[in-house]
Amino acid sequence: MLNYVKLVALALITLFAMIAANYARDLAYQVHMVLLMMVSGGLFLVTLRATDEPAPAVPTHEYMDDVVRAGVIATAFWGVTGFLVGVIIAFQLAFPSLNYDWAEGFANFGRLRPLHTSAVIFAFGGNALIATSFYVVQRTSAARLWGGNMAWFVFWGYQFFIVLAATGYVLGSTQSKEYAEPEWYIDLWLTIVWLAYLAVFLGTIIKRREPHIYVANWFYLAFIVTVAMLHVVNNLSIPVSIWGSKSVQVFSGVQDAMVQWWYGHNAVGFFLTAGFLGMMYYFIPKQAERPVYSYKLSIIHFWALIFLYIWAGPHHLHYTALPDWASTLGMVFSIVLWMPSWGGMINGLMTLQGAWDKLRTDPVIRMMVISVGFYGMSTFEGPMMSIRAVNSLSHYTDWTIGHVHSGALGWNGMITFGALYYLTPVLWKRERLYSLSLVSWHFWLATIGIVLYAASMWVTGIMEGLMWREVDANGFLVNSFADTVSAKFPMYVVRGLGGTLFLTGALIMCYNLWMTVRAAPAKAPLGTAVPAE
Amino acid sequence: METYTLLRAFADSWMLLLLFAVFIAMLIWVFRPGSTAVHKDTADIPFRHDDKPAPVQE
Repeated sequence: MLNYVKLVALALITLFAMIAANYARDLAYQVHMVLLMMVSGGLFLVTLRATDEPAPAVPTHEYMDDVVRAGVIATAFWGVTGFLVGVIIAFQLAFPSLNYDWAEGFANFGRLRPLHTSAVIFAFGGNALIATSFYVVQRTSAARLWGGNMAWFVFWGYQFFIVLAATGYVLGSTQSKEYAEPEWYIDLWLTIVWLAYLAVFLGTIIKRREPHIYVANWFYLAFIVTVAMLHVVNNLSIPVSIWGSKSVQVFSGVQDAMVQWWYGHNAVGFFLTAGFLGMMYYFIPKQAERPVYSYKLSIIHFWALIFLYIWAGPHHLHYTALPDWASTLGMVFSIVLWMPSWGGMINGLMTLQGAWDKLRTDPVIRMMVISVGFYGMSTFEGPMMSIRAVNSLSHYTDWTIGHVHSGALGWNGMITFGALYYLTPVLWKRERLYSLSLVSWHFWLATIGIVLYAASMWVTGIMEGLMWREVDANGFLVNSFADTVSAKFPMYVVRGLGGTLFLTGALIMCYNLWMTVRAAPAKAPLGTAVPAE
Repeated sequence: METYTLLRAFADSWMLLLLFAVFIAMLIWVFRPGSTAVHKDTADIPFRHDDKPAPVQE
């Protein structure tokens, strides 16, 4: 019966997409509607063929791991894609002639930059979060994922969102909000997928077989709920036409700026911090084979982070039309935020108490530990940069970019790599990873890459800030903007090299994971046939 | 009174007090007597049920 409803819905969506592709007012919208037509038409055929066929029995006595396996593959794929685009745009900045004439309007820096940020944050980070949260919530709830195939809807729906967003950027469809560039219909689609994600996650927690909710799930849940709220409020916009991608924001002026950075900073706080702390609280104890250092501290860490992060956004708007009290509030909360962040870092690091020798023998745990180290470093740097006086030097310079990358590459990247190295042998039932020395290679390439990246951006950022404020004896500015651009050239090249090292490490990881599945000795056949109990 | 002024006054008086009280209550709750045993048990959750879900009781 449900299949008939699905068939009718898919047929209507396909028809609508055909009409919309015909009436489309801009290229991005037209391409997206053709994509939608093909996807929903294809799904129509698949559903039709499965209708009135006997449904395969759902195994209730095992975890739903196939969707997590798909998530691991997607994470590795989007990671490499996002890092590659990052390396390309880093060299486009160093050598502007790489903005080729023939690619103008499609592959120049302005089009590729949101592609890079969204690919690494939402495609790489988002897939890592969805995959690990599905894995962790099942193990710590001792229950199979709730909602049957809805988990697959979340996975493929999210990939569809990524494809729409990425093609939209290249074709110039953007609402020009940083980290929230996709236009209105893509935002609506993400809202649907995200609510399904919330339902699957919450449903699994509700039917858990453990009396308590493990702390990792608290962090994942905070991430899912808050991102839903942020996404909806920041994307309140009215489409100009239902047949086009352009929309107009509901808020305007300084209100719009404040909503944007309330969203923007909490995307850092809840997407890139809370969700990844969920990973930290599960995978570090598992890899170290000992429980978290202090469970009490983890609860305080959670609530302090939730209470404080939401106020920190105004520090992105120092010296703007924003009222002084609001930017002071943002600055003060950012500084207070330093404490829970370091509480979490201490909790993660001290989990290794009594197992520090593993750092010498296990490169996977080394990766997780350096990731927590980078978390500590960037959560110290961030509050410092939020102080108004420091911000007057650092804002609009490459220091900000260096800060973001020490957090994103160091903390988010490294903890995700650690989780992927942990998950691959477990999910494909292999005895061990294919090669630990390749993990070491990845570790050192990535670490040296981040150090080159962050150091060059510190140097160039502070240099830029000082050059911009330099005045001569008569009070005139000494340097033009173009002077700083030419002075930055050597640091841009070093930054590009750092990114290349990081990308090389990620490619080595993909090879290692691939060979783990292909060549490492198997522990048990996949899809174990467990007798009914 | 303007909505802005009203909300501003409410936000930095009663709402601030409420949020702060909730936070303090959480701290007290975490350190309540007897919580250590519960926390120890909860911290061990990742080391159970690694391979398959807990059997469902009918």
